Amino acid sequence: MKSSVIIFPGSNCDRDMSVALTKFGFKNKMVWHNDNDLPESDLVVLPGGFSYGDYLRCGSIAGKSKIIDSVVKFAKSGGLVLGICNGFQILTETGLLPGVLQQNKYLKFICKNVFIKVNNKESKYFKNINKNILELHIAHNEGNFFCTNNELKSIEDNNQIAVSYCDEKGISNKESNPNGAIKNIAGILNKEKNILGMMPHPERMIDKYLSGEDGSIFFQNLIGNLK
Amino acid sequence: MKVDQKVAIEHGLKKEEFDKICELLKRVPNIVELGIFSAMWNEHCSYKSSRLHLKKLPTKGKEVIQGPGENAGVINIGDDDAIVFKIESHNHPSFIEPYQGAATGVGGIMRDVFTMGARPIANLNSIHFGSTQHKKTKNLLRGVVRGIGGYGNCIGVPTIAGQTCFDESYNGNILVNAMTLGLVKKNKIFYSKAAGLNKPVIYVGSKTGRDGIHGASMASAIFDDKIEEKKPTVQVGDPFTEKLLLEACLELMAGDSIISIQDMGAAGLTSSSIEMASKGKLGIELNLNKVPCRETKMTPYEIMLSESQERMLIVLENGKEQLAKKIFDKWNLDFAVIGKTTNSKKIELYFDNEKVADIPVDTLVENSPMYDRKWKKSKLPKKNKIEKDKFKNLKITNVLSKILSNPNICNKDWIWQQYDHTVMGDTIQKPGGDAGVVRIHGTNKAVAASVDSSAVYCWAHPLTGGKQIVCESWRNLVSVGAKPIAITNCLNFGNPEKDENMGEFVECVQGLGEASKYLDFPVVSGNVSFYNETKDKGIKPTPSIGGVGLIKEYKKMVTLDLKKLNNIVLVIGKTEGHLDQSIFNRDILNQKNGPPPEINLFNEKNNGETLLNLMMNDLIKSAHDVSLGGIIVALAKMCIKGKKRNKIK
Repeated sequence: MKSSVIIFPGSNCDRDMSVALTKFGFKNKMVWHNDNDLPESDLVVLPGGFSYGDYLRCGSIAGKSKIIDSVVKFAKSGGLVLGICNGFQILTETGLLPGVLQQNKYLKFICKNVFIKVNNKESKYFKNINKNILELHIAHNEGNFFCTNNELKSIEDNNQIAVSYCDEKGISNKESNPNGAIKNIAGILNKEKNILGMMPHPERMIDKYLSGEDGSIFFQNLIGNLK
Repeated sequence: MKVDQKVAIEHGLKKEEFDKICELLKRVPNIVELGIFSAMWNEHCSYKSSRLHLKKLPTKGKEVIQGPGENAGVINIGDDDAIVFKIESHNHPSFIEPYQGAATGVGGIMRDVFTMGARPIANLNSIHFGSTQHKKTKNLLRGVVRGIGGYGNCIGVPTIAGQTCFDESYNGNILVNAMTLGLVKKNKIFYSKAAGLNKPVIYVGSKTGRDGIHGASMASAIFDDKIEEKKPTVQVGDPFTEKLLLEACLELMAGDSIISIQDMGAAGLTSSSIEMASKGKLGIELNLNKVPCRETKMTPYEIMLSESQERMLIVLENGKEQLAKKIFDKWNLDFAVIGKTTNSKKIELYFDNEKVADIPVDTLVENSPMYDRKWKKSKLPKKNKIEKDKFKNLKITNVLSKILSNPNICNKDWIWQQYDHTVMGDTIQKPGGDAGVVRIHGTNKAVAASVDSSAVYCWAHPLTGGKQIVCESWRNLVSVGAKPIAITNCLNFGNPEKDENMGEFVECVQGLGEASKYLDFPVVSGNVSFYNETKDKGIKPTPSIGGVGLIKEYKKMVTLDLKKLNNIVLVIGKTEGHLDQSIFNRDILNQKNGPPPEINLFNEKNNGETLLNLMMNDLIKSAHDVSLGGIIVALAKMCIKGKKRNKIK
């Protein structure tokens, strides 16, 4: 399986993502934001970080960079595009995913482990996943997902909520919502379910000596679904 | 502008110092030259009050590749890998503008590390604030924490450990000390020494603005009521540009184009160019019209003294200019050839085709003032008698809950959760333990780092306090299973012109030196911050020690949480029942005098080495160093983290 990780100026999880993808069997290539074309890929990843310093608005400048045209084309033709953290923000800025990511409710950067539950197993990302509640790590200042009522209705009607924040037992409520995201949304899919944006970082949880290992489950399952 | 004694004094120079400048130059300096002298001769850059004493610190060791004197220290960790690390203060700016002060402190120390060719792999910090009740504390704390996070998070370097302390002596002078560790291959370390004639001198990074002019001089002065007026001397950070600069520099460093490289930190273009020339025993000629400026009509004086952030000075091999420019263009950074190396051993500056400064380098460096300031020896305070009557009515559970809620002991998750501590995917011990631990990517090794201070002990008896912190740093590293290798120190003190403050400095340094020598735990880098004083009130003497150790097999790392029921709990080291200067005495009994606990270096070393041995034989499940709050707090933390109970006889 071939993957591509896009590097924007200010990306800082690009290497971590490439390490994780390689560990679980992807042949990964790094792609510079100023390139025109994507290499042949089964998965394109927009990594976390602070693309363009998050100036103006998180992800907005990256959403206009040269490579994005190819990413949009790839996504529209059904290719798998995964955006983590800043990558999620970029995907909403390009319009590939609905909604926006606002500043966290308590106006602080949050870096800690959280639990998310898988709501939707229709996508290649979560199909067949053997664990419904995953412990992953978040590290963001703008992860508070928000959208209009109409958008929310459409998201729900089309079963686009991929993962939502919850507690250890799977209960989603105010207490288990780290950033104020509407409906505890941690990650969403597009209608066609080939584009996933999520705030948690699976690439930071890929062996037992790190903060946890549930990231491994995510990647193993993903590559399994692609084979 | 005519330069005379009055102008010199306004620049923070003393009358005698101005006379010495005139004598060295054999003429009166012009205003640009005076600005340069004032920047190089101030306490922050020249170490004029501390140099004499710092020379006594042990700086050599089997694993030391580079000791003090470079941008950062370097130690060997085997297999051609080396760790570059240093701690630095950004106290004065952080008090004036907490967010930017702290942010640029983090940015500055990371630049010191990647200037040497190392990719930063971990950040730490030691921050001290006034009493939690003081009206400024909340705001300062919030700003500093946001600033540290704002910069470090954006660059993508994990903040793996640190400490936050409160004491009323910092009400008017907070301390912000930032530390960075970087990883480099032993044969790819870059130094600041220039070499060779007619080599191009390159300016890269951000443009030069009017921010931070005289920042280093501000950091060498005491504060008064008009402190708010100094806001323009605080630099403004741009972590995004620094991230680009980091990547661009490391890309250029992968080849062999660079002869010498130096970051523009305190005193900007002035200190960076002079340092390169001085180390290389060369001259440097700069054309200031070529310096990329952010604002129009900047004068040579402003260009030389600006402390705009995210800039580097590089001496390149001839003919490599195009190759280098291509890399910096790719990263959208400014790149300009601004001068060349010469054999004049002088700094010669040109602006609008006129020579605007002409100073022999040695007058700025070797001949800068060095003072043997008067200092007062501290007496060891008398021990307080333990009066058991005082304890009679105290319930241990009440005392414990009061001690656990002391701001210096309580849980600080809410602070370090604002710092990204897991980016780079190798953090195997997060903040909240005895030391932070990151793996050396792709190997079985890991490095542990901890930063410590114990101002109360240093205040009670500087000599003992100095030893104590080195021991604590050593103990913290041992507690996670790391072999301690070396330290960096950030020496935060009051006004060196006062015998008492100078005495605190001299004796703390002596204590540091004795302990680090005995433990074979040398000092490889550091900085000194004097004049932490507002309206005559100085801080408690606060040396912060950043210790670094190596874990050869990261799987053997130890954490402090209790793991299993029915495991045996051991106390290693003798409990003498010393209560003076403990949290219990100070907080519960309100008894603030008396000596700090005695240090026995022999026992310290013996206990630590024994413990490490046991750990390597997989006999230790959890370990925690007994420090602030004593055994009960140590046990409480182990229980809380491990969600286990503990029965103590």
